[in-house]
This record gives sequence, structure tokens and C-alpha cells, in this order.
Amino acid sequence: MNLDQLLNQLLTALTSISLLLIISIGLAVIFGMMGIINLAHGEFLMLGAFATLAGVRVGLNIWLAMLLAPLVVGLFGLLVERLLIQFLYGRLADSMLATWGLSLIMVQAVVFIFGTTTQGIPTPLGSFNLGQYSISWYSMVLIFAALLLISVVFWVFKRTRYGLLARAAMQLPEMAMSLGINTRRLNALTFAFGSALAGAGGALLAPITGVVPGMGQAYIGRTFMNVIIAGPGVLTGTTAASGLLGTVEYTASYVSTPFIGQAALLIFAIVLIRFLPTGLSGRWGKQL
Amino acid sequence: MFRFLRMGEKRVKTAFGFLVLTLLMANLALSACGDSTKSATTDDKSDIAVGSLLDETGPLNIYGKPMADAAKLAIKDINNNGGVLGRKLKLVSYDTQSDTGKYTQLTTQIIQQDKVAVLMGGITSAAREAIRPIVDRNKQLYFYNVQYEGGVCDKNTFLTENVPTQQLIPLTQWGIKNVGPKIYVLAADYNFGQISTDWVKQYAAQFGGQVIGTDFVPLDVSEFGSIISKLQDAKPDIVFSILVGGNHIAFYRQFAAAGLGAKMKIISSTFGVGNEQIVLSPAESKDIVVAYPYFQELTNPTNQKFVKMWQDEYGKDYPYITDLAEATWNSWHIWAEAVKKANSLDREKVTAEIEKGLTWDAPRGTVQMDGPTHHATFDITIARANDKKGFNLIETQKAVPPAFEQQVCNLVKNPETYTQFTPGQK
Repeated sequence: MNLDQLLNQLLTALTSISLLLIISIGLAVIFGMMGIINLAHGEFLMLGAFATLAGVRVGLNIWLAMLLAPLVVGLFGLLVERLLIQFLYGRLADSMLATWGLSLIMVQAVVFIFGTTTQGIPTPLGSFNLGQYSISWYSMVLIFAALLLISVVFWVFKRTRYGLLARAAMQLPEMAMSLGINTRRLNALTFAFGSALAGAGGALLAPITGVVPGMGQAYIGRTFMNVIIAGPGVLTGTTAASGLLGTVEYTASYVSTPFIGQAALLIFAIVLIRFLPTGLSGRWGKQL
Repeated sequence: MFRFLRMGEKRVKTAFGFLVLTLLMANLALSACGDSTKSATTDDKSDIAVGSLLDETGPLNIYGKPMADAAKLAIKDINNNGGVLGRKLKLVSYDTQSDTGKYTQLTTQIIQQDKVAVLMGGITSAAREAIRPIVDRNKQLYFYNVQYEGGVCDKNTFLTENVPTQQLIPLTQWGIKNVGPKIYVLAADYNFGQISTDWVKQYAAQFGGQVIGTDFVPLDVSEFGSIISKLQDAKPDIVFSILVGGNHIAFYRQFAAAGLGAKMKIISSTFGVGNEQIVLSPAESKDIVVAYPYFQELTNPTNQKFVKMWQDEYGKDYPYITDLAEATWNSWHIWAEAVKKANSLDREKVTAEIEKGLTWDAPRGTVQMDGPTHHATFDITIARANDKKGFNLIETQKAVPPAFEQQVCNLVKNPETYTQFTPGQK
């Protein structure tokens, strides 16, 4: 292992980890805070990617389009919460079924609007050389974006009034209600926030994958695994799980094949959930 | 901590179990089987039901949508020219939603309930292999119009698109001669990718090259970081891509973003079939070299007429008429011609007509059906993706036969053959 090879490995692994975190964080908020299993999460990512694509098509700068995507998807999430999710709190199976149906509708709606062959967004920024290796600048953007998203979530839940109320409503809903906290409005906001995070994830994915209506399917399984392994700590758990699973998958794919990488990820997750039934952050007490 | 889980971990397990169960349920489809009674041809003037099963939604729809469009256009064209046997065709088509399980169910339905005279469709090899046993049980005439790993030898089935010998030989030869001898193969992880890779290994050795690495990529992988690292370690001259489907498009994008294009060149036997050159930006797809029987850019009069008809129907802004779409168009016409010649819808009579070496003046040039193998002979063109979302043609090889199939399969002599031959097996 030369130094350049080692650095390349580290950066690529870190990119994989960041990507896992970016696509999971929205789901973690919705699942961890509200107990809604959003099977349409992959499609929320897809919507974020398409919002970015639409922005670029109407001539916006790509970074600006990426910033707008979370807003679009956040608003969409607010709408979904009001029309669908609010009737399903505490009904696990029903919420799964409803969001799965929603995912099918979303895919077809996007096919209807954009067609099946959609032009993607080329990866911006080019690449730089690291000894014998060349690495895309955009993967550095992904690592930075992952850190940024962690900070945003931390700030929202720790430093804003909404975050304080949301955590209260999550931990002791009856007590929060009796103190006059409007939990219904909080739920809507939390769902919208989680959706916006998914939108940001989709926006960041857009320049590295093919932006196609069915793209959400490829992510739903991995994001769920990540969030289940993460456990109740939205931020601490998701970060730890992404780090662990991302490393396992990257290393296994690199030393053998992508197929073994996927298998290793699954086996690892099964073993982990066997010994830590409440996920990585299950024993860390009540925290973010 | 999860609000609804304050009961403890038991609920987590239940939720997890539920999730797994739901995902499994989503992937299960029940299949039925039984006997069918074929409707014999009569002198009626009713429409003839003909069947098409294609993935018009889901990750495979980048292939399926243009094929479905081609099927509709072909049926319309045949009907505008008087139909067959003085009757019109009625297209019965189902969307198989990129779900192999759906094929099992819908093949049975389209044969037994809709009683179609001919069935066309299936995109992945897995789908084709789901269809074939049912087709065989029901003695149904079936056309498969997608390039595949080769070797299928089955009296009920016609395979009209290119097989590895027709595509991989010209491509491997050209690559080794014009780019370099060291090849790294990336292939989709199912039988098509696996068998194609075996062929590339064999041909590379034959033409003085060498496969220095292979990676099989599951269809739902869209993150190629580890593969990009491996390519940089291995330093091949050629990355031979046999990647398939919407998720794999990400590879070309990530390859370009990492600046690998300066160090190695991609040649591909699948790039373009799913309109990858449209989805990607010109900078990402230019320089990728491919080989196909059909390109929209072909200048022969038949193709010019075909493209005009297509654009009149689907608009001037149609992304690109794919090779698979043109193959679908050809097959419908080949079947119709055979029915006219046989003056019957009867499977055996129609099959016999095609086996005589039926020719069709296709947009790709002349297609001649190869009787003994149920495959076809046609021209193959090598081309390079350009920066205008199309291809620049490099060179054309005339009338390339399905060579391997000709060595191993003769359905005229041995109509009972029902197998798929693989490389190294005679």
C-alpha cells in the first residue's frame, strides 16, 4: 500500500460513508422522531433529484438548484403529512402500506411528467490527482455536505425552540400536550423537515447517478437497514451506523465484489441487530 | 425512544419483521399453470390477438419503453398495409414492471386467456427464461428481441437480436487493435453478464489481449466508489462494460467525474441500448465505443423512411430510436411476412416459413433469419458516442452470422432440442 493508494482508499470509503448518511438522515428523522415507516423515502430522494434536474433545466445554477430541492420536497412532505400521514400515527402497518402506495404513485407521476428517459446532471467540478490516482472533487463535496447536514440537524433539534418542543413531544407526548404544546403542528413540521432532508439527499445524488424515476428503489433497502441499525439516536446513531455499514460495504466490495459487499452488509446488520436489538444507540440513553 | 416503541425492543423486532415481510410480499407473484387450448384459425374476419410483454415501468423501462413504442408502431403499420390473412392485428400488451415474477403470471395469462397468436417480449435473460418454459408447455410461438448471452436452442422461440459472437468479437477485436490489450470487465450480475464475460475472456485471448480483472455488479448498485478504486489499481487499457439498467448509468458518470477517461477507454456491449447517451451529458458519454446492428444514424433509405415514420408518430423530439426498438419493429414484420407466406396462423407452418431463411428489408440492412438456429444474420456497425447525444459510425461488418449457435444448434434436424448452450460446451 503506497501513501497515494491509502489516501485514495480512505477518501473513497469516506465518500461511501457520507453518501449513506446523506441518503438516510431524512428517514432517520421521520422514523426516529415520529415512528412512521416511510416506505416512500426512496421516492422522496428521487423527487429531490428531479427537483434539482428541473431547476437546472430552467437555467438555474446547479448549486442553487440543489439548495431549492429540499424546499420543494419539504413542502411536498408537509402536504403528504396533512393529507395522509396524520391519520396514521401509531399505526405501523397502515403507515407502511400507505407510504408504499404513495411511492408507486410518485414514480408513475414522475414518469408521466418527465418521461422514462431523463437527462441527468453531469457531475460538476472535475477531478484532482493524488499521486497515481484521480479523485472527483464532487466526492469531497459529498463529505462536506454530510458534515453540513449533521450540523443542521443538530442545530435544529438542540438550538431552536421547535427542536426542543419536538424532542419533548417525542419523549413524553402526553406530558407535552398537557403543557399546551401543539403536537399536531409539531408532527407536520417534523415530517416536512425529514422530507426536506431527503430532498437534500436526492439533490446531492443527482449529479452522480442516473436521474430516473425508478432510482429510489436502489436506496430504500440500504437506508432502512441503516436507520434500524442506528437505533433511536437520530444523529448519533445514524452517524455511527453510516460509518460502520459504509466501511463494511466499501471494504468488502473492494477486496471481493460488489455482490459480496451487499451480502456482507446484510449479514453484518443481522448479526448486529441480534446482539443490539435496539440498534447502536439503543443504550446511549435519551439523546439526539 | 421511538415514540411508538416505548414498549421496548419486542416492538422493534415486530416492526423489522413487518418491514421484511412487506418487502417480500411486494416481490412475490403467484403463478398458475395448466393446459391451454389454442384457438385454431378459422375463416372469421375478427381481429387477431397478438401479445407483447415488456417492462414499461421500473428500472428496466429505459429499454422497455422504446420497445413498447416500436410494437405499437409496427402493429399500426401492418394494419395500415392490410393486416394479415385479410384480418387486422389487435395488440394485447402488459407492463411487467421490471419484475421477473410478473412475467410468470402474465405469460400464462396472455397465452391462456388472451389466446395470442404470437408472443413477443421479455427484456432480461431472467425474464426470457421465465417465459420459455410456459411458452413450451403451451406450444406458443415466441420472439425474443433483445441482445443476450447466446446459445438458446428452442423450436418455439425465435431470437432476433445479436448474440455475443456477433457483437463481442468485432468489439473485442477492435478494442485490442485500437486501444490496447489489457481489459477489465464490468458486467451486470446475472446470467447475461456472466456468460458475456466468459466470451470476452475467450475472444480477448484469441485476439492477443488479456482480461486482467472482472467485477459483477448487482442491478441495484448505483455507487461505484469501490470499483473506481479497483480500476485505478489495475490500470487496464480498456474497461469493457456489460452493465445493464438505470442504476448502472451511474458508473459512466462516476468514471468521468473521477477523471479516469484520460487513463483508460470504455468499450461497451450494452451502452446505448437504454439511451445512456441521452441520460448522460455529452462530456460523460463521448468516446465510449459500442457495436450494434442498428443506429438511428444509418443512412440507408429503409432507415430514413423508418425514422420519418417514427418521428411522425412520436414526435421529432423522441430521444433516440434504440437498437432494441428497431429489432422489435423487425420481428413483428418478420412474423407478419411469415404468416402471409404460410397463409395461416398455425405455429408449425409459420415456423417452417421462417426457417426457410426468410429475409426482411430492415432499417439495419437486410435481416436474414437463420433457420437451423432460430437466430438471425445481419450487419454490425462499430460506433463511438459523440457529443451530440448520438453516435459517429466507425466501420460496418456485413452479414455477421450467429457463429456459435450455428456450431451447436440445428432445430431443423433436431426439432426436439430444448437447451441453452454455453461457451466451452458443444
